[in-house]
Amino acid sequence: MNSALLLNYSTFGYLFASFIYVAAFLFKSNKAALGGTFFTAITVIGQTAALGLRWYESYQIGIGHAPLTNMYESLVVFSWTIAGFYLYLEFKFKNRTIGAFALPFAFAAMVFAESGWLNISQEINPLIPALQSNWLIAHVMTCFVGYAAFAVACGIGVMYIIKDSSANKDEGLMGTFPPLRVLDEINHKTMVFGFIWLTAGIITGAIWANSAWGTYWSWDPKETWSLITWFFYAAILHARFTRGWQGTVVAWLAIGGFFNVLFTYYGVNFLLSGLHSYGS
Amino acid sequence: MSKKKNSIWMFFASVKLALFVLFILATASIIGTIVPQDAPPQEYHQFYGSVLEGVGLYSAKAVSIVTKISTILSIDDMYRSWWFNSLLGLLSLNLIICSIERLPDVWRLVVMDNHQTKIGRLSSMRHKLILTSTDSIDQTTSKLQQLLASMGWATSKSEKEGGSLLFSQKTPWTRLGVYAVHLSILVIFAGAAVGFFYGHKGGLNLPETLSSKVIYQYGSGEELDLGFTIKCNWFHMTRYPNGAPKEYQSELVIIEDGKEILTEVIEVNHPLTYKGWTFYQSSFESHKKYIITVTNRDNDIPERFLVPLRQAVRWQNEELLFAVKDLVPTDTPMVYNFRLLVSDGKGGQHNLILEANTPKTLTRADGTEYVFQVKEFFSTGLQVAKDPGVILVYIGCGLMLAGLGVAFFMSHRRLWVYIHEQDGTTTILVAGTANKNKPGFERNFADISAKLINSQSFEVQK
Ligand code: HEM
Repeated sequence: MNSALLLNYSTFGYLFASFIYVAAFLFKSNKAALGGTFFTAITVIGQTAALGLRWYESYQIGIGHAPLTNMYESLVVFSWTIAGFYLYLEFKFKNRTIGAFALPFAFAAMVFAESGWLNISQEINPLIPALQSNWLIAHVMTCFVGYAAFAVACGIGVMYIIKDSSANKDEGLMGTFPPLRVLDEINHKTMVFGFIWLTAGIITGAIWANSAWGTYWSWDPKETWSLITWFFYAAILHARFTRGWQGTVVAWLAIGGFFNVLFTYYGVNFLLSGLHSYGS
Repeated sequence: MSKKKNSIWMFFASVKLALFVLFILATASIIGTIVPQDAPPQEYHQFYGSVLEGVGLYSAKAVSIVTKISTILSIDDMYRSWWFNSLLGLLSLNLIICSIERLPDVWRLVVMDNHQTKIGRLSSMRHKLILTSTDSIDQTTSKLQQLLASMGWATSKSEKEGGSLLFSQKTPWTRLGVYAVHLSILVIFAGAAVGFFYGHKGGLNLPETLSSKVIYQYGSGEELDLGFTIKCNWFHMTRYPNGAPKEYQSELVIIEDGKEILTEVIEVNHPLTYKGWTFYQSSFESHKKYIITVTNRDNDIPERFLVPLRQAVRWQNEELLFAVKDLVPTDTPMVYNFRLLVSDGKGGQHNLILEANTPKTLTRADGTEYVFQVKEFFSTGLQVAKDPGVILVYIGCGLMLAGLGVAFFMSHRRLWVYIHEQDGTTTILVAGTANKNKPGFERNFADISAKLINSQSFEVQK
């Protein structure tokens, strides 16, 4: 057993879990959705083992470092945090329909990591001196927990819009969704959660930059875009607190916010140049 | 301030202005990630040329006009421009005035005497419970005080409208969480300003074995006096098996008044700080020369020689002549061993292969032993910063996280219990509110209600 194989299985695990969640939703079967939870949990455990194994393997080839240092590894971690965060949400709000809209993100991240569409190298690379820091783990993990929450918030935003625009909001398929008020509440809480982690991610990044080259903020494109993303969510929260925005408009903003996250995470690497050479 | 606030004040206090400024800042920041920053002039001609070409408006004149506008508006160095920083200033002003405007009301809620609350307001609260008791008002009151205290709600008592009012609250100060977050932004800005006005950023290329009293400021190249001397004993680079750089290290020495105060090995991510100056390992430079260190075992005093490749050097006293003849590849790409030719002055010719920094002993015909060591001659590239504002920035960051935690996860919860006589029965009105996390408080309140009812001391009023 090696980590590559185990990660391959994780891709299928998330595909399968997504499939069960979607099917359970379409057939309105709560029991089947339990299967989704089961598969998600198994896959998260397997993926955790895979990440641990990859970490171990990196030591075996003499370059030992946490598996958080290139685009491939970050996509794996992204899917892992999405699935993990989703399980937490499911546990907290006791609703499994969200799985059909959250797990596909975990699956998609793994597909991008594994398929080769993005020309991503799966190799374990040696770590350049600048990346050798304990702040690496703190920075990447905080950012990705935040990103995961924003991905799930996007899924919840989609649910809200679908439910809100359907004729029979409380019957049939739509009846299995949480009530709009609850969806709005979960959406808000998820974004708040993501916002705090993104804040921590930006701060740990700043501390790291300061310990590596004595400048905590250098307006590099990745930093700037993470700040823009942060502004974006700060604006959503303010609009809610001070102007009472909620419901559909916030659902759309949650979706827009996630595009912002995707650009910060992925777009910046390929369209702009800077210090964060991740994946290029 | 007069009762009727003037409109300029209200403009600066508005959240609308905040959203507007944030929007402009975000837009400007986006432009700044697209237009190259702080690049040489010809790059802008090229950049704007290709942009204009892209939109089909290319002409030499257009390019020069756009480039000019870009320079005037400092789009090419935006994050340092007067207008960008003025916007940050405006945001700070906005935050300060907004807080001055709102804080007094919030403060009043934090410190207010909740025994003054009108009974009418209690009965209109969303969370409430009405109980009756067969005991007297006084007995019921002390029973309730006991029960509530055992649930963690220690109450204070006042006499009110012929009955008694109990009140208890949790974490009223959490209402200030938002203001801690806003203050943290100001603290971070203040830290950045301190760094801008009192900080220094520079660099220093320090050849091994040499020292310097100054560094060179970035941008201007101006000399900055350190107030002490910094010396580099050695620079060393290790590589991964595939040849990629693994670690850069320099041994630095701080010298003050001719005394060596401190010797430390720095690496990327592990800088050295002394008297507010921090030295970061950032790069290195090879001089294509080699340091040969030779020690005569008899006296153990090392002698150093700096030589280019294939150039012989003579150690007169010992009659030695030697040269680095060539570099010998190793299993690791980019890592070389050194082939050293030594003519020992007694007719002996020696051919030594030396690993970098690894000594090898050579014995001459007359029995004298020499220890040879070779390494490439480097300069260490140091980034040097003095930023007294960093501590403020970090305090601000800590305050922000703490404030966000408080603002989002904690709430001010209040509980009143009014015990009075109604139609000859002792009647108890329990009411509560929370300023946030209403579902959480709903559970809290249900819990309290259940415990009161289960205590069997009261009847639920029909
Ligand atoms: C980008 C920087 C900012 C951040 C991160 C931030 C953060 C926050 C947070 C987390 C809250 C949540 C409050 C709650 O739980 O009730 C909040 C509320 C608020 N913010 Fe900001 N804020 C920022 C900028 C501003 C600015 C510039 C203003 C200026 C007008 C402002 C005005 C307010 C107001 C009026 C509230 C509501 C306060 C209340 O509920 O009493 N914020 N802010």
